[in-house]
Amino acid sequence: MAKIVELITENVGKVRPDSLEDYLNASGYEALKKAFKMTPEEIIEEVKKSNLRGRGGAGYPTGSKWEQLHEIDETPKYIVCNADEGEPGTFKDKIIMDKDPFKLVEAMTIAGYTFGSNHGYIYIRGEYPLSKKTMQKAVDLAKEAGYLGDNILGTDYSFDIHIRTGAGAYVCGENSAQLNSLEGKVGRPRIKPPHLAEVGLFKKPTLVNNVESFAAIPYIVLNGGEKYASFGTKESGGTKLVCLSGNVVNRGVYEVPFGTTIREIIYDLGGGMPEGRKFKFAQIGGSSGPCFGEDKLDTPLCYKETGKNGLIVGSGALLVVDDSNCAVDFAKCISEFFVHESCGKCTMCREGNRQLLRILTRFTEGKGCKEDFALIEQLSNVLPISSFCGLGETATRAVSTCIELFRDEFEEHIEGKCRAGICSFSEGGK
Amino acid sequence: MAVNKNITAEDERFQLLDEFIDEIEDKKSSLINVLHKAQEIFGYLPLEVQKHIAEKVDLPLSEVYGVVSFYHHFNLEPKGKYQISVCLGTACYVRGASKVLERIKKELNIEVGETSEDTKYSLQATRCVGACGLAPVVIINDDVYGRMTEEKVPEILEKYK
Repeated sequence: MAKIVELITENVGKVRPDSLEDYLNASGYEALKKAFKMTPEEIIEEVKKSNLRGRGGAGYPTGSKWEQLHEIDETPKYIVCNADEGEPGTFKDKIIMDKDPFKLVEAMTIAGYTFGSNHGYIYIRGEYPLSKKTMQKAVDLAKEAGYLGDNILGTDYSFDIHIRTGAGAYVCGENSAQLNSLEGKVGRPRIKPPHLAEVGLFKKPTLVNNVESFAAIPYIVLNGGEKYASFGTKESGGTKLVCLSGNVVNRGVYEVPFGTTIREIIYDLGGGMPEGRKFKFAQIGGSSGPCFGEDKLDTPLCYKETGKNGLIVGSGALLVVDDSNCAVDFAKCISEFFVHESCGKCTMCREGNRQLLRILTRFTEGKGCKEDFALIEQLSNVLPISSFCGLGETATRAVSTCIELFRDEFEEHIEGKCRAGICSFSEGGK
Repeated sequence: MAVNKNITAEDERFQLLDEFIDEIEDKKSSLINVLHKAQEIFGYLPLEVQKHIAEKVDLPLSEVYGVVSFYHHFNLEPKGKYQISVCLGTACYVRGASKVLERIKKELNIEVGETSEDTKYSLQATRCVGACGLAPVVIINDDVYGRMTEEKVPEILEKYK
């Protein structure tokens, strides 16, 4: 039976998001007070021990990232919180910002103190106007009470947080594109190296972490990295916020320890399929993640096991799809997304996604042919190696895994048949 | 939402925008914030407004236009009084968002990306608004409608006459 733990969601629903007093009563800012008595090296050591990995999707070890920035002498340094939660089916960062905003403010202040940085930025996606309001209010209240601004808690350390919003571009979730956007520019990714720890925001050393990654920091500082890590598996420390959506009874965000199986999440927490429908497939990690069938449901959610099974942890999105859906039309829906969101920098991502959509549209109209499978395979091989950032690298993953799982359904569409009855072949098929 | 096709340099709303820009220390890096504000004031970002901003923040017009046209949130054309967004993220898709979208198109007789002739309604498809627990989701201006069905469409549109 899956269990829920509350390491970073402990305050969700229990504190009022606009009340600093509630947050303080829930042991808020104890971690910052403790951090002020620690050296930066000690804080980084705890983050390393925690085994925390980037929760935005890429899964880069947070401790290593912090250590790399610490080793750079150049100043000023900037702290950036990536709150551009654009991966479809992901709505966990929103929960933290909307329900426990002070935790993020505190976490960024701890990071700022660790690196001697005086300025932090939260980049919130344009689709989250409420989160922006809530975060701004929290920042203002923290400033009024001396938890942010000059001489925090009577120390000689000063830190300010600026809230910025995106304007509807999925690619800005990529860290380097996000920094360009923060500078007021078009949000296209930068070539790396140099890494953002060296040349980041305004060409200065910068730390970019996801909201959920930051949200784990107060717990780690307060209770120690080992304690946090003890909740997960050997390699994957702590907990993950999983966003369960699609055709399940209980949709929502659940904090589970790493090692919980996907089946437990879908059936124990999610209550399985509604209205007596059958599980068809699921997609993990958002639209850029792979689709998988029943045979992989017992995979434990952790970086090692998902990797072994061709899956990812990603952003924590888990989309369940039942048998009322058509695999071909689903693949087309994903493809439309990537055509819409490609920033246009790399030819293969821009044009390849467009071609892929044309082919998939043919299938949904009953005009596909056997040769199309080879074309799709070719695109799926070429895009990942000829694209600059994660968007192009992962854009074909859902489509190719869908075909692996449901090749028969794609073939039926060539004959003008859609078993789910979603695709209409009104124009007389081929 | 203000819709005005004839924005001239004398338009008094520019003063509002200037007051906002004057408050900002680092104007260039705040371009996106400025554009958000300008769209809030004017409803969209026609060339006149972009020219004004370019001068005010000391950037070439080409760069301002580049940013405006890159981000989906910025509109070059005026939008309807009621902006209807249907989420087509995968979580909404598998709960029947396409049927809801089709019904809205039929009721209003407009396609995605279009504005109705009486400038009352604009229709757009958005990609995941982070309300996946309520899928499928339709947003009209600031109102969010979750667990949508095609049957609910006429009743909800009735509120926006």
